Amino acid sequence: MTIETGLGTVANYVDERTGAAAWMKKNLQKVFPDHWSFLLGEVALYSFVILLLSGTFLTFWFDPSQREVIYDGGYEPLAGLKMSAAYASTLHISFEVRGGLLMRQVHHWAALIFMSAIVAHLLRVFFTGAFRKPREGNWIIGIGLLTLGIVEGFLGYSLPDDLLSGTGIRIAEAIIQALPVVGSYLSYFAFGGAFPGESFIPRIYTVHVLLLPGAFLALITAHLMLVWYQKHTQYPGPGRTEKNVVGYPLMPTYMAKAGGFFFIVFGVIAFLSAVASINPIWLYGPYTPGQISAGSQPDWYMGWLDGLVRMAPPIETHALGHTISWNILIPGLIIPGILFTGMALYPFIESWITGDKREHHLLDRPRNAPNRTALGAMSLTFMLVCLINGGNDIIATHFSLTINQIMWFTRFGVLILPPIAFVVTKRLCLSLQRADRELVLHGRETGTLLRLPHGEFVEVHEPISPEKAYLLTSHEQAPPLELPAVDGHGVKRVGVLRNKLRSRMSVANAEAVTKVSVNELKEIEHH
Amino acid sequence: MKRISRYRRHKAAGPFLLIAALLAIGTTFSVASATTTAQTTTVDRTTQIEEGRQIFLKGCSSCHGLNAEGGQIAPSLIGVGAASVDFQVGTGRMPMADMNAQAMRKAPLYDAKETAALAAYVATLAPGPEIPNDSQLNYERDGNTAQGGELFRNNCAMCHNFAGQGGALTQGKYAPTLMGVDPKYIYEALITGPQSMPVFSDKTITPAEKMSIIKWIKAAEKEPNLGGASLGRVGPVTEGLLGWVLGLGILIGVAVWLAMKAR
Amino acid sequence: MSHEIEAIKDPGLPAHVHRKADTDPAAANRAERQVAILFGISALGTVLLIVSYIFVPQDKFIFIPIMGNQNAHQLGLGLGMAISLFFIGIGAIHWAKTLMPDTEVVAQRHEFRSPDSDRKEFVDTVKQGATASGLGRRSLIKKSLGAALGLSALSPLLLLRDLGPLPKKEFEKTTWKSGTYLVTDPGNRRIKASDLEVGAVAQVLPEIEDPEHRKLSDIGKDAVLLIRLRPQDFNLTPAKFDMTHDGIIAFSKICSHMGCAVALYEQQTKHLLCPCHQSTFDVTRGAKVIFGPAARPLPQLDITVDGEGYLVAREPFSEPVGPSFWERNSQ
Repeated sequence: MTIETGLGTVANYVDERTGAAAWMKKNLQKVFPDHWSFLLGEVALYSFVILLLSGTFLTFWFDPSQREVIYDGGYEPLAGLKMSAAYASTLHISFEVRGGLLMRQVHHWAALIFMSAIVAHLLRVFFTGAFRKPREGNWIIGIGLLTLGIVEGFLGYSLPDDLLSGTGIRIAEAIIQALPVVGSYLSYFAFGGAFPGESFIPRIYTVHVLLLPGAFLALITAHLMLVWYQKHTQYPGPGRTEKNVVGYPLMPTYMAKAGGFFFIVFGVIAFLSAVASINPIWLYGPYTPGQISAGSQPDWYMGWLDGLVRMAPPIETHALGHTISWNILIPGLIIPGILFTGMALYPFIESWITGDKREHHLLDRPRNAPNRTALGAMSLTFMLVCLINGGNDIIATHFSLTINQIMWFTRFGVLILPPIAFVVTKRLCLSLQRADRELVLHGRETGTLLRLPHGEFVEVHEPISPEKAYLLTSHEQAPPLELPAVDGHGVKRVGVLRNKLRSRMSVANAEAVTKVSVNELKEIEHH
Repeated sequence: MKRISRYRRHKAAGPFLLIAALLAIGTTFSVASATTTAQTTTVDRTTQIEEGRQIFLKGCSSCHGLNAEGGQIAPSLIGVGAASVDFQVGTGRMPMADMNAQAMRKAPLYDAKETAALAAYVATLAPGPEIPNDSQLNYERDGNTAQGGELFRNNCAMCHNFAGQGGALTQGKYAPTLMGVDPKYIYEALITGPQSMPVFSDKTITPAEKMSIIKWIKAAEKEPNLGGASLGRVGPVTEGLLGWVLGLGILIGVAVWLAMKAR
Repeated sequence: MSHEIEAIKDPGLPAHVHRKADTDPAAANRAERQVAILFGISALGTVLLIVSYIFVPQDKFIFIPIMGNQNAHQLGLGLGMAISLFFIGIGAIHWAKTLMPDTEVVAQRHEFRSPDSDRKEFVDTVKQGATASGLGRRSLIKKSLGAALGLSALSPLLLLRDLGPLPKKEFEKTTWKSGTYLVTDPGNRRIKASDLEVGAVAQVLPEIEDPEHRKLSDIGKDAVLLIRLRPQDFNLTPAKFDMTHDGIIAFSKICSHMGCAVALYEQQTKHLLCPCHQSTFDVTRGAKVIFGPAARPLPQLDITVDGEGYLVAREPFSEPVGPSFWERNSQ
C-alpha cells in the first residue's frame, strides 16, 4: 500500500463519519497574508505550547507543599537548612533530575518570550488599527490574555517559594490587605490565615496549573477561531482591497512556514535556556519573611507596576477608626485598572471619535493614523518610565546615579514625558506623510546631478513605480465628524458637551497631510 | 635647526607637536603630584608607632585632624582600632581621592609596612577592634557554608544582594560587591562597620559565625553558574532585558527572513 | 473632500517574479540539498542532546570564552535541544521559500452580515421559542426561577468559607509581651545591652519555648531590628525616648508600606532603607518616613534590660506591625 492509498483509506473512514472532506478542502486552501509582523502573535502562541509542554514536565517532580523539610540534597551551601518542600523539590529538579534545570529554564524563558510577544503583537495590532470592526471582540480577548498572562507568570515564578518570589507574594498580600472593608478577610482566606501560612503555594499551584491554563486554552481557541473565520487583515498595497485577501494557501506553504516557525521559537527558547541562567533559586535561598535581598524586582511584565508603586506619594487616610492606603491602592489597582480598561475599550472609543462604523480589513500604515500612533507612543512612554523606576536600584548602581534622582525623575517624568511623546510622534507621522507626498509627486532622489544645456544643475528624480504610488496614496483620509449643535429641523441636539468633546477629538484625529491625487500628478507631468 | 625647519609645514607637524606637548604636560604633572613613599626598615614597635604617626600627619591629618580628633569632613579616629585602619587603607579606600558620596575600593596608596605602622599608631589612641588573627580567619576549617548562607541572608543580603554582588543605598551610596575581597578585610568590615555599614559585634555574630559567613562568600565566589552565563546575578532585570533583546530580537530576525521572497 | 479628488488607481498585483528554483532544475536540486543539510544539522543536535544526557557527567565543567566556566552536561543538553529544534524550523522554512509555490493567491472576503431573510427568521424563531416556553406570560415561574438560581449561586461562596479563619484581632497581635527576651536571629541567643557597640545592628526575634520550630507566620510579625546609637543622637518625644535603652532602639523589621524586611541600616546617616520600594526611615526621629511611598513610621518596641543586663521587651507593640489595613486604627 502506497502512502496515497493509505491516506485515502483514513480520509474515507473519517469522512464517512464526520463529513470532514468539505470543510477540510475549503480550509486547506485558506489564504494567509505574509508579513513578518503577523508572526508576533505566532511567537506568543508557540511559546504557550512550549509552556504547556515544559510545565507538564516540571509537574512530574515539583511538590507544591509548604511543609517544612530539612534539605538533604546535593547542593552544599543549603545543606541541613530548613525549607519548604516546594523549594526543596525545585532544588532537586535543578540539581539531580537530568534535564530538570534545562526544562525549568525553558519554562521561565518561554514565559518571558510569551509576554514579550504578546506586547509586541499588541503594539502591532494597535498601530495598524487591526482592532477595528469586526475585530473588537478579538482585541478584548487579547487584552484578557495579556492580563491573565501577567497573573500566570507571577504565580508561576512564586511556586518555588524562594526569597525573591516570596517577597513578591508578601507585596501581593499587602495589596489584598489594603482593600477597604474586605481586605483583611480576603487575605486570611487566600493565605489560610496569617502570611505566609502554609496554604498559599498549594492553592496557587492549582490556579497556575489547572485554572489559568484552562482559561488560556479557551481564550486562545476563541482568539484563533475569530482570526480564522474573519480572515486575517492585510497591509495595503497594489492588488489588495477591503474585499479580498492576498497571500499563500495553508497547504503547503503556510503550514510549512508556520510549522517551521514553531520549531524556530522552541529552538531560540532552548538556546537561551542553554546559555543564559535564569531564576537561580538556589542562590536566593528559601523564603522567610525576616530576610530580603537588595535589588528585589518582579519579572519585567510586572516591573512597571513595581515602578508605579515606588514612585507613589506616601498618602494614607485615617478616619473614623479606619485606614485607606491610597499609596498602595492607586498605583497597585486603580491606575492599572484604568489603563487596562481603557485599552480594552479603545476600539469603541476610536469609533466614537471617528464615527466610523464600517468594516476594515486593510491595515493602516501607522503614519496615516497620526493621532492613534501618537496615543500609542504616549502609553508606551508611560509604561517605560514606570518600568525604569521598577529597576531604579539596579540602574543606580550600574550607571552611578542615585535612587533618589531616578525616583524624582520618574515622578515628574511619568506626567511630563508622555504628552511630549504624543506631540513628537504626531509631528513625526505628519512629516512622514509629507515625505510620502513628495515621493509621489516628485519621485525618488537619485543623487545624480545633471547639467542642463543652459547651465542649470538639477538632481535627477526617478519616478516611483505605480505600485508604490498606489501604496502611498491608497489610504483613506476621512473628514472630521460633523456634529452641529442644532439638527436639520432646528431642534437642539442632546448631549452638546459630549458632542463638543467628540468633535474636537474628531478634528484632532483627522489632522493629516492631504494625499496626492491624480489631478496633481497630471499637473506635475506637464511641469 | 635647519633640518627641523624643513619639516615645519609637514602635514604631520601639527599632530606631532600636539602629542609632544601633551606628553610633556602629563609627565610633569605626574612627577609633580607623585607623593614620595618613605622607605622604612623599622623592626621595633615604638619606632613603628612613631613611623605611623609621621605617615598619619603627612597623609591623613589634613582631614582627620592633627590628633585624629576628626573635623567637618572626616570623623574622629580615636577608638576605631587597628582593624579599621587595616581595612580602610589596605583596600585603598583611604586616603579618599574624591570627596563624593562613597569611599571606593581602589589601589592602595601605602604598602603593607606603612599600613601596619598607621594601624599601630591609631591603635594607641584608644582601645578598638584589633586586626583578626589567624585563628579567626580559619574559615575553611571552622566555618559552615550552609549556616554562613543563612547568616548572610539575614544580615548582609539586604545591602549586598543575595549573591554578594552589591546593592544601592540612598543618595548615591552603595554597598560594594563582596566578590574578590580578602577574607581578612571581610572580617574587619564586619567588626568595624566602615562608612555606611553598621557594626556586627562579636557578641551578636560570633567569630565562628563570621567565619561561616566568609566561607559562604568564598563559596559563592567560586561557584560556577549552572544554567549558563550569569547575567550579573542581580535578578529579573537583566533577564528581562536579555529576553527582549536577544530572544525577541532573534525571533523577529527570523520572521523577517521567513516573509522575504526567495531569489 | 477626498472623494471629489480622483485617487490614484490600483495597478493590481505586481507581476510574479520567478525564483531560481522555479525555472532552473539545478537550482531546485541545490535548494533541496540545502534543506537536507539543514535537517541533517538538526539530527546532529539531537545526537548531542542524547550523548550529553547519557554520557556527560553532571559535574563536568568546561571553559567557554566570554561565558566562563560552564557546566558541560547542561550546555550539551541545552545546545543539543536548541540545534535539533531550530534547524528543523530553518529547513522547513527554506523548503517553503525556495521550492513550494510562492504565487500569491487572491481569495474573496464575504460579508459577515447575514441576509435579511435569515435575520428575520432568526428573530422569529427566538420569539416563537420564547413564547412557547411561557416564561414571559407566567410570572410566577419567572420569579421563582430567579429566586432559585440566585440562591443556588450563594452555596459555592458559602462552601469557600473554610479557606481561612477570620482575622479577628490577629493583625494586632505579635509574640512580643512584657518581659519577652530578645534573641539573635539566627542563633536564638539572648543579647546583653553591652554586646552592642555604637553603630551596631542586630536582627532579633522574641524568645520562645521551641525555637527550632518557629513558624514563618510568627516571624512575619515578630522580626525586630535593634540599632545602637548614642542617646544624644535621638530626636524623639519623651515617651518614645523612654522606649529606648541607653541608645539602643528597637523597630519592627516589617515595613509599614508593604511588608518587606527593612534592615538596610546606613550607619553614617542613621537612615533605614527598604529595598522593595525605597522607603527611607530616619532612626533618630523614630523611623519617621523621609522618602518613598511608606506612609507611617515603623512601630517601635519598648525595650529595657533585666537584672543581668539582657535586653527584654517592656511592653508589646502598641500598634499593629506591617502594612496597613482597613481596620487599623492607630496613626
